[in-house]
Amino acid sequence: MWLTRPFRERATRLFLGILLAALALVTLLNLAVPVGHPLHVSTYAVTLLGKYLSYALLAVAVDLVWGYLGILSLGHGAFFALGGYAMGMYLMRQIGDRGTYGDPVLPDFMVFLDWDSLPWYWLGFDMPWFAFLMVLLAPGLLALVFGFLAFRSRVTGVYLSIITQAMTFALMLAFFRNEMGFGGNNGLTDFRELLGFDLRSDATRLGLFLATGIALALGYVLCRAIVASKLGRVSVACRDAEARARFLGYRVERFQLFVFVVSAMLAGLAGALYVPQVGIINPSEFSPIFSIEVVLWVALGGRATLYGAVIGALLVNYAKTVFTGVMPDAWLFALGGMFVLVTVFLPKGIAGLLCLRLRRRAATSQPTAGEAAT
Amino acid sequence: MRMLPRFLSGLLCLCLLCGLPLAVQAQDDPGQALLDPLATASYAEKGEAIEAIIESGDARSRRWLEALLGGQLQRHKNTGRFVVVVENRGRNWPVVDALSFEDAGEMSRRDLDRIGINNALRGQLQGALAVLDLHADEVAERREAARALLGAVDAGLVEPIRAVIDGEEDAEVRRLLEQALSIQRLEAGEVEAVETLSGSLNAQVRSALNAASRSEDAELAAAATSAMADIEQKMALNRGLETLYFGLSLGSVLVLAAIGLAITFGVMGVINMAHGELIMLGAYTTWAMQQLLPGQPGLALLLSIPAGFLVAALAGVVIERGVIQFLKGRPLETLLATFGVSLILQQLVRTVISPQNRTVVTPEWMSGSLMLNEGLSLTLNRLYVLGFALVVFAVLMLVMRRTRLGLEVRAVTQNRSMARAMGIRATRVDILTFALGSGVAGLAGVALSQLTNVGPNLGQNYIIDSFMVVVFGGVGNLWGTLVAGLSLGVINQVLEPWAGAVLAKIVVLVFIILFIQKRPRGLFPQKGRAAEG
Amino acid sequence: MSFLQSLADRDRVFDFLAPAASPVDVRHGPILYLEDVSVSFDGFKAIDALNLTIDDGELRCIIGPNGAGKTTMMDIITGKTRPDTGSAWFGSRHDLLTMNEPEIASLGIGRKFQKPTVFEALTVFENLELAMAADKRILPTLTARLTGEVRDRIEEVLATIGLIELRHAPSGILSHGQKQWLEIGMLLMQRPRLLLVDEPVAGMTEQEMERTAELLTGLAGKGRQSVVVVEHDMGFVRSIARTVTVLHQGSVLAEGSMDRVASDPKVVEVYLGTEEEVD
Repeated sequence: MWLTRPFRERATRLFLGILLAALALVTLLNLAVPVGHPLHVSTYAVTLLGKYLSYALLAVAVDLVWGYLGILSLGHGAFFALGGYAMGMYLMRQIGDRGTYGDPVLPDFMVFLDWDSLPWYWLGFDMPWFAFLMVLLAPGLLALVFGFLAFRSRVTGVYLSIITQAMTFALMLAFFRNEMGFGGNNGLTDFRELLGFDLRSDATRLGLFLATGIALALGYVLCRAIVASKLGRVSVACRDAEARARFLGYRVERFQLFVFVVSAMLAGLAGALYVPQVGIINPSEFSPIFSIEVVLWVALGGRATLYGAVIGALLVNYAKTVFTGVMPDAWLFALGGMFVLVTVFLPKGIAGLLCLRLRRRAATSQPTAGEAAT
Repeated sequence: MRMLPRFLSGLLCLCLLCGLPLAVQAQDDPGQALLDPLATASYAEKGEAIEAIIESGDARSRRWLEALLGGQLQRHKNTGRFVVVVENRGRNWPVVDALSFEDAGEMSRRDLDRIGINNALRGQLQGALAVLDLHADEVAERREAARALLGAVDAGLVEPIRAVIDGEEDAEVRRLLEQALSIQRLEAGEVEAVETLSGSLNAQVRSALNAASRSEDAELAAAATSAMADIEQKMALNRGLETLYFGLSLGSVLVLAAIGLAITFGVMGVINMAHGELIMLGAYTTWAMQQLLPGQPGLALLLSIPAGFLVAALAGVVIERGVIQFLKGRPLETLLATFGVSLILQQLVRTVISPQNRTVVTPEWMSGSLMLNEGLSLTLNRLYVLGFALVVFAVLMLVMRRTRLGLEVRAVTQNRSMARAMGIRATRVDILTFALGSGVAGLAGVALSQLTNVGPNLGQNYIIDSFMVVVFGGVGNLWGTLVAGLSLGVINQVLEPWAGAVLAKIVVLVFIILFIQKRPRGLFPQKGRAAEG
Repeated sequence: MSFLQSLADRDRVFDFLAPAASPVDVRHGPILYLEDVSVSFDGFKAIDALNLTIDDGELRCIIGPNGAGKTTMMDIITGKTRPDTGSAWFGSRHDLLTMNEPEIASLGIGRKFQKPTVFEALTVFENLELAMAADKRILPTLTARLTGEVRDRIEEVLATIGLIELRHAPSGILSHGQKQWLEIGMLLMQRPRLLLVDEPVAGMTEQEMERTAELLTGLAGKGRQSVVVVEHDMGFVRSIARTVTVLHQGSVLAEGSMDRVASDPKVVEVYLGTEEEVD
């Protein structure tokens, strides 16, 4: 079975082991260690970690298309935000009549805009199953349409990067408009509960953290399974020699589209997990800068490794939290510097460094076939 | 009483000998002679005196007549000096001299005689004031005055205006005045007036015709309606031209922003995401120049053109040597690294200068507008930027087509190793090309500083648009960039009225995204084998 | 509208009803048939009224000076370039001009590029695995498993191209000649009916060249595969050619056995003549 193939890989088992152990440890330190103890992990920190994990899932999604398909998407923030908005719409509907204006159906901002009924695209979002389905379908559909058009006409490389950026930019402008019915500038916020759980309670927050961790694990396994399958090898083939793959009889555009859509759905899932933890979704998630920052996480961690994306996302976001707390002005310098240094001096990222060490160790013990040939 | 002025003149002669310049003015000032006759009891004589003032063309006439109309023009009982009362409260009134309009301290109200007027004179004064500026020496002022009379003529003014028309040399002033009279006749219900008014785009004419078209007089209403339709047609044409102008103006900005990119991206194949920040540097150079040359914004702006080019070109060279040369043949990595550079540059400006927007002054010769007709005027700064963009484009075309550098650039981009084999120093060509593209970005910044706010985010706002223009026009084709930039600008402006600015932008972006799917190589693709790689 | 009309068309065979990978019909003649094909780039006629037929099982060499249109001809056959006029048939049933590259490839036309292109990040084994004739749609590819049969077939080809030792090496580290063989090996995995080979021996040593000649003649010799070789190297062409076609300025100048072609005065004038003078 292709889905279980990753469990046979040592690296994947190691990754999953570390991830699950970390989840368990954080839970333990949050629940079992008393508040005030130096080892106690506060609920605030748990939520922060949960946010990082949702970013990590987004980074894995980006790595899937960039690392293995060679498509540098500068618009994955759009899929992330769409998933987030789908979740946000559900959470808005859950507020019910507890909003400032007390309208049982309409969210506050619609009352404020004098709307008298829900727009059609808000219908159904009071049902969790529908909303969660849309978390995957909305970004998936956008990726399907966009990718279909782009790959069919063989827009690749830099051109594709630029038009993905234009896509997320256009969406950002659109979502800024109040008339769109997504809360305009302010976005969606003031959420109360998710599936009946109070979003402000510590238990819910821990639960969300764990759910994000598990989603990351599952997303990772899914990507790993795709990558380790023949389809993954075809993807790499499309990345490195598109024409050759075509002449071998592979419809390159369909493979690109498939992987792109899967990746967009994962990004949407990440966005949906992100929103209840940070408590807001607004158009800034569509900003081109965010999308390109995600690419940096992947580049820093090491592309085409998947676990590198996770490492990069966690590291950069932790650094961001620290920096913006200590000296906010320096953060953009640090971020900009990272872009330059990683691309110029560390093209394979941190994972590349790790691999190099592992391979050296392996090389000293027993030379592999490949190295023997060189 | 008649003796007093003579006596005063004598006194003033004395003062002259003592070297009191003020008094000299009073003596020589023809104004005194103009005002003196007002100090008579006869309203008929006063009327003649007012006529004399109007015909004198003296620059102070308006202020005198206004003061006279307001009862502020008064005469000192003892000295015969004319003053204008600033405030008539209390016992002592602050006054200004009626000749020099300089502060003349306070005078007791008991010492002052008000120059009285009656209703007939009041009417005469009002009419006179209205047509007063029609006697100005400058044609432009007379035209302005005539324009102000459109829709403001009442029956009492008809005669004075007729008199002015007869004496007026400038045809435009005469035409405007005839129009003003026609509006008055139209309002009085004369059908013939419609004919002289038809075809005019003036807002007053239109509102008068509009009112007339609802008149109860069927003939008048019909004539006015048909004249209105005629005017509407002209207005529509005007609006179209105006949209086109704004579109071309926006397009010229896009062309300026994109043309540097067309060189670095289109010709060299280097993705420079910091291109927007190079534009920003150009804009800040203009600001800095103006700080260095305070009070001479025009000179500073002209000097900014070479300075902005050099600053941005230098920054471009640093980026090329520092980052891009290590990433040859890795376009996606180049994109990321230069994006990092753009973040650094932005933050640098925020830290060193300020996160706030800076004001760049528009020199006088660039402000104002060029009036083509009464419904259409073109703002000068946009016109200059449009012209500047075309000049920059023409120069770039010349550089690429006619110079050694252009030849070498094309050689290196087409076949690097062959070019090197022929003795072209490819590295040098890389640096120069990148400096050229970057410098042009700096020029764009200089131009943009005249149209938008200069702030750290200036460049960011243009980078996506610039890439869109280059891709839309066809990479590697400067003409394509020109056509794409201008047409996108026009499309945007055409969409704006019914879609709103933001939606228009979205529509244009989506249009380009779809267009690229249809024609991945842009409007003007390079054909054949060269394009296959 | 045209879509609706096509639905109403009684004779229309829907894609999903058509038999999968309909076999190439060569009962009525040649396997490849180009008639009156022309294509121009920016006014330059790369191919000018070209006529070419390749018989089933034939090994054909195509020679011609630079710019004669050899590579462009291959681009047309494999669907990369669309001609301005003319027709191209694969067997008597398949109009190549209505199909895209993967469709043409699935039909059984394999192509080897002038510059060896293999998937450098993948191992030699994986390269061959991807090339293998199989269901190349998405889900079957996702769930595909390496059966013993497939393994045997790959091993067989590995032996043919002499890369058994290097089967798990990333193909990026192979030498130029090894990459050429791997690419030929990938074409073998594809089991094509027609093999287009563009300059297979460019940059090869003498021994490598001999081995390549063996590979190619062996292929055509088995009878079910037709091979078209475009080559500059006269010695190599002489060593493998049965029929030679000379292209010049986008159309056929001469055709026949190597000796006959070599003695044709037209050919000597435009091509061999100058070549011999240079030699």
